[in-house]
Amino acid sequence: MRTMTVTALSPPTPELAWPDRLHALLRGAGVTQASYVPDAGHARLIELLRADPAVTATVLTTEEEGVAIATGAWLGGARSVILMQSSGVGNCINALSSPVIARVPLLMLVTMRGEWAEFNPWQVPMGQATEAALVAIGVRVFRADTPDELLATVSAALVEAFDSDQQIAILISQKMLGTKTW
Amino acid sequence: MVRDGALDRRAVVAALLQDRGDTLVVTGLGSPSYDVHALGDRPGNYYLWGAMGSAALVGLGVAQARPDARVLVITGDGEQLMGLGGLATIAVAAPANLTIAVIDNGHFGETGMQVSHTGFGIALDRVAAACGFAVASVATDMAGIAAIRMGLSAPGPKLHVIKVRAENLQRSLPPRDAVFIKNRFRRHLGLATA
Repeated sequence: MRTMTVTALSPPTPELAWPDRLHALLRGAGVTQASYVPDAGHARLIELLRADPAVTATVLTTEEEGVAIATGAWLGGARSVILMQSSGVGNCINALSSPVIARVPLLMLVTMRGEWAEFNPWQVPMGQATEAALVAIGVRVFRADTPDELLATVSAALVEAFDSDQQIAILISQKMLGTKTW
Repeated sequence: MVRDGALDRRAVVAALLQDRGDTLVVTGLGSPSYDVHALGDRPGNYYLWGAMGSAALVGLGVAQARPDARVLVITGDGEQLMGLGGLATIAVAAPANLTIAVIDNGHFGETGMQVSHTGFGIALDRVAAACGFAVASVATDMAGIAAIRMGLSAPGPKLHVIKVRAENLQRSLPPRDAVFIKNRFRRHLGLATA
């Protein structure tokens, strides 16, 4: 049923450069699986992962599916990354029991909403609860406020996740991503 | 309304896994895990004790990581109902090597045998068919189980609903140490453990 065509990649503009660097970093660390519920902040990275023939990219109906896929990936010997928006973290909580109790490597890249110049009040409760919810279930949380900080944090997290069996979420700040135009 | 089936779940799972060879098995929490464990603990089994709704997606992750392996998810109706959206995800991902067997007794057996959605008439095989699974079927007799086993290597994704009696049999408890089960599974595949 794989009928969707991959759209031609647009050339990276300076503002889009960090997703291209992030893609290269993930691939360099042996990540060959990615799953996602789309977010505008992840659009370019999703485009790159889908266009990469060495990566199996899976679109999810809800973010917790990605947690299960990442568990299965590791059981089978692959490295998986999950992309989601902060609202999706709330959907993942019980599913996170699995990598936490089995010490399965987990790397979640979370684009933040509800924390900086947010227009939509419905984004604020989950955005404000994101870090606390992840910590409560036993996932370690790192934050990135600039592209350079993000790249350095992902680089360290790849080692901790896949070599030290850690469950890690990296929150990419809304300030860095910029405000959504309404 | 017929709320459960006629088959014996232990006999069904034994027939599904007869001559399983190198089939990798992921089980959903509750009775399906006990059914698989009752046949003997194996390193190619990954038992879930929680994360309800995850079993089929864990199977997807394994299937994507090992495209040459045969991956069989054995789960219950309640467990699969909690991951209903996952059937859409699996259909789009289209793993040829993944089979899901839903041991459907129409009830939530672990919590007091309350009637589940399948007991009220929801047909998971029709959900899978609507999503675009390569094969989606319902089995109500042992000849149907034999046919499922013979087709395990056919291109998927496949989902089979198997109608069994609603009964709680003696539990056969798999190890609850998830780190042990994970590392044993990986070692079985020749993978390093931390």
